[in-house]
This record gives sequence, C-alpha cells and structure tokens, in this order.
Amino acid sequence: MSLIDSVSLPRNFRLPRVDGLVQWIVPLAIIAIWQVASVTGFVPVRVLPAPSDVALAGWKLLLSGELIRNIWVSFWRASIGFLIGGSIGFAFGLANGLSQLSAKLTDTTLQMVRNVPHLALIPLVILWFGIDESAKLFLVALGVFFPIYLNTLHGIRTVDPQLIEMGRIYGMSDGELFRRVIFPGALPSIFVGIRFALGIMWLTLIVAETIAASSGLGYMAMQAREFMLIDVVVLSILIYALLGKLADSASRVLERLTLSWHPAFQKR
Amino acid sequence: MQTALRTSLPETELASRANFAPAARVAREDRQERQVHTSGLPLSIRGLRKSFGDNEVLRGIDLHIPAGQFVAIVGKSGCGKSTLLRLIAGLEKIDAGSISFGDAAIQPEDIRVMFQEPRLLPWARVLSNVEVGLGRDRSSGDAHARAEKALTEVGLVDKRDQWPSVLSGGQKQRVALARALVSRPRVLAFDEPLGALDALTRISMQRLLERVWRDQGFTAILVTHDVAEAVALADRVLVIDEGRVAHDVMVNVARPRERGSAELASLEGSILSHLLSADDRT
Repeated sequence: MSLIDSVSLPRNFRLPRVDGLVQWIVPLAIIAIWQVASVTGFVPVRVLPAPSDVALAGWKLLLSGELIRNIWVSFWRASIGFLIGGSIGFAFGLANGLSQLSAKLTDTTLQMVRNVPHLALIPLVILWFGIDESAKLFLVALGVFFPIYLNTLHGIRTVDPQLIEMGRIYGMSDGELFRRVIFPGALPSIFVGIRFALGIMWLTLIVAETIAASSGLGYMAMQAREFMLIDVVVLSILIYALLGKLADSASRVLERLTLSWHPAFQKR
Repeated sequence: MQTALRTSLPETELASRANFAPAARVAREDRQERQVHTSGLPLSIRGLRKSFGDNEVLRGIDLHIPAGQFVAIVGKSGCGKSTLLRLIAGLEKIDAGSISFGDAAIQPEDIRVMFQEPRLLPWARVLSNVEVGLGRDRSSGDAHARAEKALTEVGLVDKRDQWPSVLSGGQKQRVALARALVSRPRVLAFDEPLGALDALTRISMQRLLERVWRDQGFTAILVTHDVAEAVALADRVLVIDEGRVAHDVMVNVARPRERGSAELASLEGSILSHLLSADDRT
C-alpha cells in the first residue's frame, strides 16, 4: 500500500501542471528562434520583424487605444454574427433532426447552398450591403450556420434509439423526451459544430475586414500594409492566432461544464 | 442488503404501534391497501399473432398467467420470445388476438420492462435515472425519496450521485432494475436482463430478482436463453417454438432453491431436450 502511494502520488501531482505548460513550449520556442534569427540578421527585418519589434508596435497601438478599439470591433462582429448564424443553424438542425417533413422540405436546399464557398459571395454581399456592418455580420452568420446546422442534425439523428424507446416506455412527453434524452444526447456533436464554427467565424471575419471595412483587425492589417508597417501586419496575425485559441479554450470550458457526465471529460 | 431492507420498512408503523392503537390500525390498513395495489396482475393472451413483413413470428399464442406468477420464456433465438414480451409490454402493435390484464384498469406505470442493455441516461446521475421510472410522478415532491428507496432495495444507494459511466455492468443493471421497480409495477417484463453479465454477477442478480419479486409480488415474465436460469427463478417455464407455446412446464421446487440441485438439473435437462429436439426437426 505504502509503495503504491509513494509512486502514484507524485504522478497525480505533476500531470496537470506539466500539461498546462507543455502546450506552450512549441509556440514559445518558435518565438525564441525567430527573435534570435532576426537579431542575428538571418531573417531580414523587411521580411519579418523581430518579435520584440512586434511587441513594441503592439504597445504603441495599445497606448493610442487603436488596438483595443479594433479588437473590440472585430470581437463584436464575430460574436453577433456567430449568435445569429449559430441560432439559425441550431434551429434548422433541431427542426430537420426532429421532423421528417422539415428535413424533406429544406435539407436539399441547404446542402446546395452549403457547397457554395460563402466567401465567394463577398462581391454580391458588398453590392447588397456596401461595406457596412451588416455585410460582415451576414458573411459570418452564413459561415457559422453550416457547421452548427450539420452537427446539430447529426447529433440528433444519432441519439441512441434504445434510449428514446426507454423514454417513451417511461411515459415521457415529447418536450420531456427532448429535454432529458435527445438534447443531452446531441450535445457532444453540437459542440463539435461550435468548435468548427468558431474557426470559420474568425476566417470569414478577417477576410471580410481585409476586403471591405473601415475598422477592425483586418482593416488595421490592411492599413499597415499600405504604409509598409510590417510589424503591425505581423501583430494582427498573432492576435488572430491568440483570439482563435481563446475561442477554442472557451468552448472547451463550456464542454467540460456541460459534458461532465461524458467519460472523455471526467478528470483523469 | 438485509439490513437495508429492514430499515426501508415504514417507520410510521413502528412508531404508531408504540403509541396509539387506533392509529396503528389505520397504518396497518393503509399498508394492506398498498399491498393489494402493488400485487401482480393476471395476464390473459388469446390467439396472439404478429408478423414482420412476410415473416410470421407469433402464430397464435394462448396463455393465462395468474397474478404474481414468475414465468420464464425460453426458446432458441428467433422463436418469437422477445416479440411476445414486447407485445405484452405494449412496445409493438398486435396483429391479431388480445392481451388483457384482468379486470383492473391499468396505468402505464403498472407495466415495466427491463432490457438486456441497462439503457441508463449517461448524462443523468444514478438517482435521476431512477426517478425517470416514476413516469408521470417524476415531478412530485416525494420523487427523490421514492427513487432513493428503490436504490436501497437494489443495494446501490451509496452510488446515488455517480454518473452511470463509472458503474460496472452489474451495477448499471441494478440501477435499471431500481428504475423499473420505483413505480411499483404490477407486471415486470425482463428481456434477457442478465445476458450481458459475467457468471458470478448473474447469480447475484438472479438472487436479487427473486428477492424483489417475493417482496413486491408483481407478475414477472422473464425471457431468457439460459434454461438453468429459467428453472432456478421461475414458477413455470414456457418453451416457445415456431411462434407457438410448445411446452408449458411447472417448476414445483420449493424456494429458496439450491442452484445445481438434482431436481433443478433434471428439469433443466428435460427442457433442454425439448429445445434440442425442436432444433433437430428444422
């Protein structure tokens, strides 16, 4: 007993701490190598500025308030677009997963629209909405719609039919069956959709802001390109990476909270 | 488990017996009434037929099961035994014939099924899984208490706050049993509930099934492919072959039965030979 205790205890102790750090080793190492390469002149500053220069540019923009404003504008567009597109996708996923009629009516149409790359609509969207907020929200919503729709639909269709039969036997009403069996059963799949959608959300937004905007991170990067401020361009790209990671972590936290019953999310 | 059973007896009775005689009488009458209510229902099946497409699975079943009897249904796979059970439980539509449960008006909560798979909701704690079994009473105030009592009966009350995924196969099946028992059913249908369990767990589950059946007095219908299990548990074994009741064997062995006794073994042997001779014909 004492031998087992002395072996297993430090392992249990060390694992989570190492886990938290390990994922940052590679990004940090890349930045360190990059810094060294820039300082030694191996990478010309015109091609890629040193991380320290990027950080300095970031600090200046932070002080002027420009950075925060642009991040906020992009964040706002991303969230609103995500909420709109996600809710519509979720609603269609539910409807088509639960009702044969609804699936027959709309699924074919949706599958056709899905196969049009939504970024190909940018010219049309600019003609419709100009370079207004609604253009960006429309594109983000459209991009987010499909992963959430498809995964919600898939989640609902693959709920264990034995559990649904069990629910019926035990006299659950339709509402109760949905709340107690179908929705929790579909949730893991819905989360897969959300995580895909978060990636598409940033991609769409950045492309839209790069092409047609007067504020936001994409706009900031394009302005910097005009003035040959390569450090700001690189800064924008790094911020995208961090925001993407942040969105992913947020969905993971949500997953952990709502899927604590799932063996994959129980503390190991 | 014995102690758990004893503590689950109504405390009111003990308390009132000490104090007021009239109150005690009322309490006893209450209990008797409940006893009547929770006792089993008789089951009459007449000319029951069921086909799936061109395949006629049941070809006229006539059967009477007295209230509170423990009936085992055996037969080779595909003989229609599970279909019969699903029809009794109301999970399939009857093509022809009838199934009636005596004269009483039955509630959906009166008939419960237990399957080979536990079918627990993985996202609900053990206690909420048992509460599912209350049917329309799920939202009533005493739902927790009733579910806890059912969990106590199967000896798993200490697992009430666990997720089903951490339970063993036998424990999951015991939770499923508690869920089936919590509404005090009057007919309990078992569709090979022990089929997926290892030998030792099976034996302890069989004892548990026998105990709750004796305590609660419901009519039990057990579909199994294990003839030894059938003769160990049942009052009566029905052999189904080609959609009909081929043999109807009474098991007149006193309980508690000793597993592996000569009496049970010879009975098992004769039922097995029925089954195998049916096999030779086809």
